[in-house]
Amino acid sequence: MSLARSLAPVARAARTPMGAIAGLWLALIVAAAIFAPLIAPYAYDVQNLPESFQPPSSAHLLGTDEFGRDLLTRIIYGARTSLSVSVISIAISVFAGMVLGAAAGYIGGAFDRAVTIVVDLSWSFPEILVALILVAIIGPGVTGTMAAIGVAYLAQFTRLTRAQILAIRSETYIEAARSLGAGGRFILFRHLLPNALAPVLVAGMLATGDAIILEATLGFFGLGAQPPLPSWGSMMSSGSALLFKAPWIIILPGLAVAITVIAINLFGDALIRALDIKTRLREA
Amino acid sequence: MTNPLISAEALARRFSTGGGWLRPARSMMAVRGVSFEVAKGEVLGVVGESGCGKSTLARLVLRLIEPTAGRVTFDGQEVTGLGPGDLRRLRRRMAMVFQDPYSSLDPRFTVADALTEPFAVHGERPPAGRINALLDQVGLSLAMAASYPHQLSGGQRQRVGIARALAQAPDFIVLDEPTASLDVSIQAQIIALLSELRRGNGLTYLFISHDLGLVRYFCDRVLVMYLGAVVEVMPRADASPRHPYTRALMDSNFVPDPTRRKTLQALKGEIPSAFDLPKGCAFAARCPRVTDLCRAENPALRDLTPGHPVACHHPL
Repeated sequence: MSLARSLAPVARAARTPMGAIAGLWLALIVAAAIFAPLIAPYAYDVQNLPESFQPPSSAHLLGTDEFGRDLLTRIIYGARTSLSVSVISIAISVFAGMVLGAAAGYIGGAFDRAVTIVVDLSWSFPEILVALILVAIIGPGVTGTMAAIGVAYLAQFTRLTRAQILAIRSETYIEAARSLGAGGRFILFRHLLPNALAPVLVAGMLATGDAIILEATLGFFGLGAQPPLPSWGSMMSSGSALLFKAPWIIILPGLAVAITVIAINLFGDALIRALDIKTRLREA
Repeated sequence: MTNPLISAEALARRFSTGGGWLRPARSMMAVRGVSFEVAKGEVLGVVGESGCGKSTLARLVLRLIEPTAGRVTFDGQEVTGLGPGDLRRLRRRMAMVFQDPYSSLDPRFTVADALTEPFAVHGERPPAGRINALLDQVGLSLAMAASYPHQLSGGQRQRVGIARALAQAPDFIVLDEPTASLDVSIQAQIIALLSELRRGNGLTYLFISHDLGLVRYFCDRVLVMYLGAVVEVMPRADASPRHPYTRALMDSNFVPDPTRRKTLQALKGEIPSAFDLPKGCAFAARCPRVTDLCRAENPALRDLTPGHPVACHHPL
């Protein structure tokens, strides 16, 4: 299994018109997040009260907020917070979900039933509710948000992985491997997990879009990244009081959230088509 | 038979379904007391219609599923009594070729990966040149080593499946309908390949099929199964059938010569449910020679002529 073959579907997805536009925006926003200190025109945390509430101009391309901080700068740094929190929390969630789901699907029996009951129970609550409860327990901030989002999406990836493992386990090539003398570990790591990977990773990518919204929601409630560190959600929160005085303060970060989430979904759809796994994602 | 390579004694397997919350469990015997022996170098055919337990028998013989009763002996070792480690070691000497060449290969494995697997499962690497030798043996070009299954035709995939079975140079191969999902022209090629490999490598086969014509062409002896039990063992492929069911299977083969074509004698009546077998002979409901004795008493397998057992009260 070469890297080139793994990346081929991504390249195919990026060649479709929608995939190309979405991929371009995502590349841009990721680059902005990574290179924020290099490209941001101002410092994100230095207040400049005489320049507050300025509409977009040549000096401040996207205007300034109530403390006179440059909005473009804060949106770029906000991308850093939003993307890193959602990507890291989903990555943790995907990894833990795969371990749990694979173990449940492979071991079966009482362990499987116990995992299924807990997972289905948490699946029946909306992610936002699970995340809110967890942040309330852990406490606000970047770490608490990551943990909350990670746990909130755990059920989804556990269910999907388990369903994949159960489906693949009945394939003839698993029986063929057993007839050659393969043990459980060989079958799990060489056949079951590699074949279950693609749908779970795509579901993880789509969930990253939802996680950005969830992160923004928690930020809006003041439970996410704490000031002066900008996040798109907390920027919208401070802008909500100034909706009529300086609408750009809430609209611009909102647009950043919306466009990024739409781009992730469009790219995810293109990837699903390129991988031809639409039916497999519905199994969970 | 003085020294069979593999033998089965009264193999049986029960499957249960249901047994849920409010539904009672139902169970059926997929294989009922099947015994046979295969000599070294021999090809034993197993025929019967779908659902008669052929594939279950194949998996029991290799202990891919556990028998409910009975035992299997391979070259003096009791397979059914082996621990996991010994069983895995024994698997180098027995292999299986599967019916469906599309699902029997991992879509993410190249041909070379698939042929490396028989070594990798034992923590080994294939000896130098072994992969190429295997490809050559099954008539695939060496360039195909890097291909993925979806790039191959059904016949090519089945050749890969055969090469994988041959990788550890086994003595015994179970062929579970290896040609059933292939085009007729490809079927002939695969059968020719299998006979050639048998001669060249001194292999012993258990050949499962629903095609009696093919089995009579390819096998030395033929075991006929009906609803999980053996009804007849034909000592030679060209022996004339003594059980009415074997006769019916043969009559349902189409004859190419129009002048020799008879009207088709399709079996009448329904196959009894395997969940609810009748008291007497399982074939009674469909048998043209049925009498009251057949409905009352299940006939035992007995030698009509030496080496030709038949389970019928009124053999042909």
